[in-house]
Amino acid sequence: MLSFLVRRIVAIVPVLFVVALIVFMMTRFAPGDPAAAIVGNDASAANLERVRSNLGLNDPLPVQFGRWGWQLVHGTLGESFFLKKPVSELIGQRIEPTFALTVMTLLMTVLIAIPLGVVAAWRHGGWLDRMLMGLSALGFSVPAFVIGYVLIWIFALRWQLLPVQGYGRISDGIGPWLSHLILPATTLSIIYVALIARVTRAAVAEAMTEDYIRTARAKGISETRVLIRHALVNAAVPIVTVIGIGVALLIGGVVVTESVFAIPGLGSLTVDAVLSRDFPLIQGITLLFSAVYVGVNLMVDISYLVLDPRIRY
Amino acid sequence: MAIRYVLAAFLFGALVAGAGHPSLAQETKVLRVVPQSDLKILDPIWTTAFVTRNHGYAIYDTLFGVDAEGKVRPQMVGEYSSSPDHMKWSFTLREGLHFHDGKPVTSADVIQSLKRWGERDSLGQRLFAAMENIEAKSDTTFEMALKQPFGLVLEALSKPASVPPFIMPKSVAETPSDKQIDSYIGSGPFIFKVDEYRPGERVVYVKNTKYVPRNEPASGTAGGKVVKVDRMEWVILTDAQTQTNAITNGEVDLIEWVPADQYLALKNNPKIDFANLVPKGSFALHLNRLVPPFNNVKIAQAALMAVSQEALMRAQMVHKDLYNTNASIYPTGTPYNSDKTSFFTGKPQLEKARALLKEAGYQNEPVVLLYPANFAVLNKFPPVMAALLKQAGFNVDMQSMDWPTLVARRAMKNLSTQGGWSAFITGWNIPDNVNPLFYAPITGNGQKGWFGWTTDERLETLKGEFLAADSEDQRKALAVSIQERVYDAAVLAPLGEYKQLTAIRKEAIGGIVTSPVGVFWGITKN
Repeated sequence: MLSFLVRRIVAIVPVLFVVALIVFMMTRFAPGDPAAAIVGNDASAANLERVRSNLGLNDPLPVQFGRWGWQLVHGTLGESFFLKKPVSELIGQRIEPTFALTVMTLLMTVLIAIPLGVVAAWRHGGWLDRMLMGLSALGFSVPAFVIGYVLIWIFALRWQLLPVQGYGRISDGIGPWLSHLILPATTLSIIYVALIARVTRAAVAEAMTEDYIRTARAKGISETRVLIRHALVNAAVPIVTVIGIGVALLIGGVVVTESVFAIPGLGSLTVDAVLSRDFPLIQGITLLFSAVYVGVNLMVDISYLVLDPRIRY
Repeated sequence: MAIRYVLAAFLFGALVAGAGHPSLAQETKVLRVVPQSDLKILDPIWTTAFVTRNHGYAIYDTLFGVDAEGKVRPQMVGEYSSSPDHMKWSFTLREGLHFHDGKPVTSADVIQSLKRWGERDSLGQRLFAAMENIEAKSDTTFEMALKQPFGLVLEALSKPASVPPFIMPKSVAETPSDKQIDSYIGSGPFIFKVDEYRPGERVVYVKNTKYVPRNEPASGTAGGKVVKVDRMEWVILTDAQTQTNAITNGEVDLIEWVPADQYLALKNNPKIDFANLVPKGSFALHLNRLVPPFNNVKIAQAALMAVSQEALMRAQMVHKDLYNTNASIYPTGTPYNSDKTSFFTGKPQLEKARALLKEAGYQNEPVVLLYPANFAVLNKFPPVMAALLKQAGFNVDMQSMDWPTLVARRAMKNLSTQGGWSAFITGWNIPDNVNPLFYAPITGNGQKGWFGWTTDERLETLKGEFLAADSEDQRKALAVSIQERVYDAAVLAPLGEYKQLTAIRKEAIGGIVTSPVGVFWGITKN
């Protein structure tokens, strides 16, 4: 176990190095010039060249990559071309909304999707199963921005219960924080509820056909206990795997949802960075997302050990 | 409906849990503004971004301003005079000018600020090239001596757009002009809250309670800059639908620039009114005169003949009350606007264009038209322009890209078939083009000039004469000559003018000051 953990953690370093190199090369070879975006419409060619030079964009690529690597080693992730602030500081400013949105979405998803999936498996083939699966197919098919705008129209504009946009920091009080999170988290969770409910249903339905379920029933154990203690626990590995994949997918979903609800999180920071060609910011955020992705995968792998004692690394 | 009440009860509980954190809006008058874009760069001398310029007007002051009629008015300056030949100027600062840190504004601050501005701004560079020296005579008086005639001294010092000459503390203005400042102390009517600045989320200003406004009523960037709210928050909302939803729900008070696709929704909303915070803007087609096919002036003129302002503006702005056509390079209602436009009419002259192409020996070389597909402000133009050029006989290659790619691509001097370009369309604010020397793309100095790199000695000569002219009548005549020369040399084609409507909450907001740039003094909130 310990050697597995050490091996996996050490393996993260080359993975992140490769990601860093690829992202660096992509930013440099993609069309677009951050200096041109900085100087504005009516700047002269001389001003443009001066800004390019100041940003270090005229240096050879190995020099630019080495400079960024040095900054990475020192933990700053470089400095934003536009905002003239360390990328780590900018990420720090934006991480709370994204983290809160992701956690709330995951909580809502797990609390709704797993019971739905279990109930659908329990009534496998019945009208309840078909209805739940039909709804999940709908939830999975409708784009996040459509769901977002519909929820805004109902809950914010018509009923005026919730704000249209923005994010209330938790330091400003639980009320504003929660009221700003409910709609975006609901928007995002509808998609993941659909995904995880379907996987839960399939895994639990398969488990329900196993011999140990028949044995449990023969012993007179209640159906609820059979479902939760025997079927669901044994179906946990694929469910946890999909939740792990869901976290990665959430990163993409957050970008759209943050845009619709004007949440100042990492998603909108990413879009801004790409549109303005703020290379250090693009590189820093991508590296962070990659680290999160690798970390979540590691946690999922570790969770297998707990959920299924037969698994050994 | 039961869901509604359950949710309401739940939210009530949550809000009670969050109680004890008093809202700022209850204590102070807060003006919540959706600016035209996110404020990313805080140095208005370092960039020409409109939003940074507006930020500059909030926290800095200028020596002179421009009123609603376009006339230059003193702002920080109390008294000024010039010698009969206008070669020597003397300026005295008015009383009561202080920076936000309490220090008085002195001649030394002004001179250093002007020097930094003069290194970045094109008109500033011309002013300093014509200047013998500038020196402080006392803490509040400074003098400027010229070595060659320069007819636009006051116009330069009041320049409202591109890079305005904002006055900063000397220590801040000593920052090299190719580096951004890192201190944001001005002497303007608002104070920038650095500690509350969150790029991508909000920008916060508070009223400068020690600011001494002029006695005249506010007009343009001139007059009394009286702030009537305690705090101003710029709420960064980039999605047009979210902007509309937010003002409808009362979460913001003002959208600086209403996107055309939200115009009808807001017009039909009884809670919303429109105001003219910023008067107008214009669009223009820019040609690459350095490489084929537009390095041939006749072929370039044929492209200008293909322009149909009505078709192009209708496609982009959709609603007729949001635009007007104008064949002059200068905005309608401004002093140099003229109907003497050489062959250019703004209406399609396709037969003439085809004949001209034949005469010029056009060999069907591709015209690479840059198409910023993700940029809603401009992305309806290129397909229409491409169709018009095709009707005129051009072989058009419209290439799709995002806006940052376009601004990088337009700097390329390669052949259009080797990563270069032939034409693109962009927009200009009215202060940018009221005057041929303010209007950046009107250059005839080849590769030293603006993108497109037209070489035309006559154009440069006329601009020099305009600069040296010492009467307004002379300047008007020269401005018209420059306009005709711009068309004859096929530098650009204006596509029309658009209204920059500002949406306000009808019952809450008043006192909008119309200005060449976005200014927020004078605005009241109930």
